Amino acid sequence: MVDRQGKLHRTLTGIRSVALDLEADTLHHAYRGTPALAGASVRVPAGTVTALVGESGCGKTTLLRAFNRLVQPDRGSVRVGGEDVLTLDPVSLRRRLGYVPQHGGLLPHWTVRRNVELVPRLTAMADVTGAADDALEHVGLDPGRFGDRLPSELSGGQRQRAALARALAAKQEAMLLDEPFGALDAISRGEVHDAFDRVRRDFSFTALLVTHDLAEAARLADRIAVMRVGRVEQEGTVEDLQRVPASDYVRDLFERARAAHARLGSQ
Amino acid sequence: MGLGTLPLTAVAQDSVDRRQPVVVASKPFGESYLLAELFAQVLESHGIAVVRRPGLGATEIAFQALRSDAIDVYPEYTGTGLLAILGDTLEDAMRADARRTFVHVARRFDDLYGVRWLAPLGFQNGYAIAVRRETAERLQLRTLSDLARVGPQLNAGFTSDFIGRPDGLPGLRAAYGLRLGSVRPLAPAVKYAALAEGAVDVIDGYSTDGLLSQHDLVTLEDDRRFFPPYEAAALISPRLAREHPEAIVALNALSGRLDERSMRVFNRRIEVDGDPIADVAAVVLRDIGLVRGTSVASASTGRPRAGFASFFWARRAETLSLTARHLELVVAALLAAVLVALPLGLILERARRSAEWVVGGLGVLQTIPSIALLAFMIPLLGVGVRPALVALWLYALYPIARNTYTGVRDADPEAVEACEAMGATAVQRLRWVRLPLAAPVIVAGIRTSAVISIGAATLAAFIGAGGLGEPIVTGLALADSRLILSGALPAALLAILVDATLALVERAVRPAHLRTGTHPDPRG
Repeated sequence: MVDRQGKLHRTLTGIRSVALDLEADTLHHAYRGTPALAGASVRVPAGTVTALVGESGCGKTTLLRAFNRLVQPDRGSVRVGGEDVLTLDPVSLRRRLGYVPQHGGLLPHWTVRRNVELVPRLTAMADVTGAADDALEHVGLDPGRFGDRLPSELSGGQRQRAALARALAAKQEAMLLDEPFGALDAISRGEVHDAFDRVRRDFSFTALLVTHDLAEAARLADRIAVMRVGRVEQEGTVEDLQRVPASDYVRDLFERARAAHARLGSQ
Repeated sequence: MGLGTLPLTAVAQDSVDRRQPVVVASKPFGESYLLAELFAQVLESHGIAVVRRPGLGATEIAFQALRSDAIDVYPEYTGTGLLAILGDTLEDAMRADARRTFVHVARRFDDLYGVRWLAPLGFQNGYAIAVRRETAERLQLRTLSDLARVGPQLNAGFTSDFIGRPDGLPGLRAAYGLRLGSVRPLAPAVKYAALAEGAVDVIDGYSTDGLLSQHDLVTLEDDRRFFPPYEAAALISPRLAREHPEAIVALNALSGRLDERSMRVFNRRIEVDGDPIADVAAVVLRDIGLVRGTSVASASTGRPRAGFASFFWARRAETLSLTARHLELVVAALLAAVLVALPLGLILERARRSAEWVVGGLGVLQTIPSIALLAFMIPLLGVGVRPALVALWLYALYPIARNTYTGVRDADPEAVEACEAMGATAVQRLRWVRLPLAAPVIVAGIRTSAVISIGAATLAAFIGAGGLGEPIVTGLALADSRLILSGALPAALLAILVDATLALVERAVRPAHLRTGTHPDPRG
């Protein structure tokens, strides 16, 4: 039913977003002299999901924020849908890119529905409420039950799903997710993973997903980019990276993840 | 009225009538009130319009106001002029001869400030170091030299003014080698009671204080002639001296007409009996034959003081109008402060590098004592409502600017950032997130400012702005606790009321998620 409604919506509006590809080319950036990016490059083909994996402080978030111009890199170029972001108006660029931060970033004094209506309102869509309720259904939140609640009245997993709904309610063509599952317990995390799977099936968008959890990256992303001290050390499918790790660092990363899973499996 | 429509004679007449009224002021103590009222009544008896501004802060404020033509005349004392205003040293020749002191002070004031002393009124009101009669007899005290002999056995209560002034305690110590058991600062209003009750043994009085004879006190003779002469006289503003010879003539009629003994009697009627100052002044003028008074009750009524309740009830109309004036001052200053400090706080959030400097600068303003700030205002804005409003406004800025700035700065950073990241403009972020989340904090700042202003506005009376400080200042000067309470109680009540009202506003603007407070944040 969710599916049907989603499709119905698409045919009614007649607009189906064409996913954008995202591309960063040898970015350098420093915060007050402390380098954060040192020649980082990554390309996310249209309609796919790439996970940025690495230790905290390796520059993942900085790289992510270069795409919606929350960070202005010192050197290098960033392209969204083939266009250099520096040539685009930052406000209208941002309205095309969904964004989900670690704790959701929902406005605490607004109802869930009002929150999800944010970008539809900004882009002056015709049926703001319809778009919001549609998005809520896609992430598995019944608009009738949850729409009028405040974020503080939701569980952590529900809040992240609401944030996900907000990031796609205006049919954004790409999505930037900054550790959106990092603050959740395992059960809520699974619930949001399922929601993410569902919206990927129903919508077509490109996504860059920052996470420090390789297993999560393997579960949700088509490709993985391993970052280390401001650069992307290796980028490819999970299979590529496992089969031919470009460095000891990448190999160790996978070995540790496999060891953790093997122990779980044996118990 | 337009000048063009008037015949020439009327224009000439008009120019006389339209002359600014003479502003008569005093310092905040009984005798100063009385002398100022004498000036006012004498001027009025000559058909000269008068505005009364009694109880101006202290010497500094009254003199600044006079010098800048904000007031026209107030009573001053030659010794105060010499030491406190001019900062000159007292030469031995002046100690011996009051006339010499007057001539010196009058010449220097004219040279330096263009301010004129009229001829002295005829009496001196110098410092009078007083002890209880019982103490004087037990220790055989007659002079200050005697006091120096037994000083360490005695505890003193002096006004803070006296403790600090070179012609006060420091000079006295040097001149007589005086050592005392302890020195406690006391408010003028309570020092006589403190002495009478034995809380202290020595106080600084004034030689014409009415309270000196009320309690059975002995003043000690200044046998080494340490204190300068304190001849009372009218001090005249440059404007009045220039533009209003009739006023000078009228005031000069008082010169040499008052003596120390009768001043002590009149002061007593004001300070002890609580007679209205205007009535006592009318009696004085009739007694010395300056005004042919008929209607005013002549003798001191000596009536026992009514209880506070009936006193308060009798003053209800005045209290109400003082409260209204007080509220006007506070509301006007507060509104102006909100109009400036709130946008300033919002701007500072966008310019954080300079924010701490600007807010810190406003904070420094808070550390300026109110009286000092009011004194600074006088040369710029005169006396009355205007300088009071500016001072209150300056004090009200800091809490509002500080709370607005920190409130909008600290409003849910992730929500603000998410809005920015999804294309909300700075104005939209402000309207949708920062302001609604900061609203209770901003109102709390306004609330703080309001309560501070209500307190600070009582000091506005020191520069003639009226309000509930007026009975407080007068009450302190006349040691009349009923009068003090009739100002202090409504002021306190007003503060509580305004605070409670703004607490309701604060609650009303609380954002939705904080209203019930029953939903624990699962984020922990």
